[in-house]
Amino acid sequence: MLDMTRRSPRPETASGLARGLGWFSIALGLAELVAPRAITRSLGLRGQEGLVQAYGVREIATGIGLLGTRQPAPWLWGRVGGDVLDLATLAAAGGSRRQREARGIAMAAVLGITVLDVLCAATLSGTPGRATSRGGMSTPRSYGYGGRRGFRDLPERMRGAARDARIPEDMRIPKLLRPYGN
Amino acid sequence: MKALRWHGKQDIRCDEVPDPAIEHPRDAIVKVTSCAICGSDLHLYDGFMPGMESGDIMGHEFMGEVVEVGAENKKLKVGDRVVVPFTICCGECDQCRRGYFSVCERSNRNKSVADKVFGHSPAGLFGYTHLTGGYPGGQAEFVRVPFADVAPVKVPDGLTDEQVLFLGDIFPTGWQAAVQCDIQPTDTVAIWGAGPVGQFCVRSAVLLGARQVICIDRVPERLEMARAGGAVTIDFENESVVERLNELTHGKGPEKCIDAVGLEAHATGSLDSLYDRAKQAVMLETDRPHVLREMMYVCRPAGILSVPGVYGGVLDKIPFGMVMNKGLTIRTGQTHVNRWTDDLLRRIAEGEINPSFVITHRAKLEDGPALYKTFRDKQDGCIKVVLQP
Repeated sequence: MLDMTRRSPRPETASGLARGLGWFSIALGLAELVAPRAITRSLGLRGQEGLVQAYGVREIATGIGLLGTRQPAPWLWGRVGGDVLDLATLAAAGGSRRQREARGIAMAAVLGITVLDVLCAATLSGTPGRATSRGGMSTPRSYGYGGRRGFRDLPERMRGAARDARIPEDMRIPKLLRPYGN
Repeated sequence: MKALRWHGKQDIRCDEVPDPAIEHPRDAIVKVTSCAICGSDLHLYDGFMPGMESGDIMGHEFMGEVVEVGAENKKLKVGDRVVVPFTICCGECDQCRRGYFSVCERSNRNKSVADKVFGHSPAGLFGYTHLTGGYPGGQAEFVRVPFADVAPVKVPDGLTDEQVLFLGDIFPTGWQAAVQCDIQPTDTVAIWGAGPVGQFCVRSAVLLGARQVICIDRVPERLEMARAGGAVTIDFENESVVERLNELTHGKGPEKCIDAVGLEAHATGSLDSLYDRAKQAVMLETDRPHVLREMMYVCRPAGILSVPGVYGGVLDKIPFGMVMNKGLTIRTGQTHVNRWTDDLLRRIAEGEINPSFVITHRAKLEDGPALYKTFRDKQDGCIKVVLQP
């Protein structure tokens, strides 16, 4: 069994790897979307062009998700799910000996990528996130900032205390444009 | 000396570097006693601003003691305590004479590059990319201050570093954002972002007499601090911003809107923010302008949009038709710090406001790299970090 604690990459390395996997997803997705026929022909999946294109859309969405987030772990686990789907699709296909050989190579490649996805996802799943009002990955707690008003008095008593400030004319609504009666 | 240096995206290190030296007779060397990590430093940390080079010294919010002055510097003397504004200005060019210090025509030593990128160059800034001069910043033990006979603000005895440090950036930035809203006693001012600048926007809008101040964010402790300053708050993760703003303004919308967020807006779940994330991820858009779009939509016609939040490049799907048809005014720009410092220093000295309320983390310079991450991830209740070299 894979020993994650010993073999997992460092979080910084895993973050870089996650971005790499994001770009890989987009490239693969574009290929599946643009040239499904070439892919199905070489792998013995004829008639499955629509499915390959759908997988392409999935890959692109995952890639964009991975590149656009600071918490890539859920997207990486999504990739792992996609890898399983890919493997199942490849395993279920028929075709000539040559196509079976090509599929074998493809499955080996997918397996390799799956290992990377799992290692990366497992490493980044342990990386702490940001506290949010909904809970997020860290438990929100009160920091007691309710007394930090910054004023010498209550805000309602400080309202307008700086009305004596000289507001420069270039930062005001020009006189000619001000509302009537102002 | 020790300094925090940028080595790439999310890679800040505390390194040993050579001490700065006087390069021009108007210069001064300042021994930094306190410096801060600014929200806009996070745009550099996250790699969103072009023009950084490995080894650049970070930091544009700092103060300290003058330890050396150039021969032509008649303003400062050794031993003076000064806050150094983040915008470097010559005090003599046409823009400086008009009070537009943040677009000084002479202080950006990489002016030719900035002219090409921006059309015309803004001022030089400390520690903020080579597009604005590539000047070493203030998250260091010592800093060379160019044109030091113009911008540095002398600090009177009796005021602590923590009371005056933010005169170099976030206090005047929040103040200018509110001032350029031309606040009237009947106004509702809505402020997006309860980070450090947003907090000063809240307090400035209250001091300038807005009838109602509303602050929008999703981080509970930041909203709590905004409420302490007199704001009504909206948690955009749990409430509809547009609905709540309309509710609080009897369906009319706020007259004045302030974007204290800038280019890294988070708006979980909204369609336009997903669109921005996707385009930014594949490098088809540099900034995420969700807040600008929302302000344009919700602002009361004939209102003002004030934008102190930093943007760096090109923005997509900006509904300018709304701006035109509603007759909105947009005011933005880096802060003309010295325009406000005398007045704000007086208000601090008189106790009207104590800017140190915003500090949540104090640490040594060496702890800076870790605190960049803490601040960026809003962990441990972090709102403002002050470092002492």
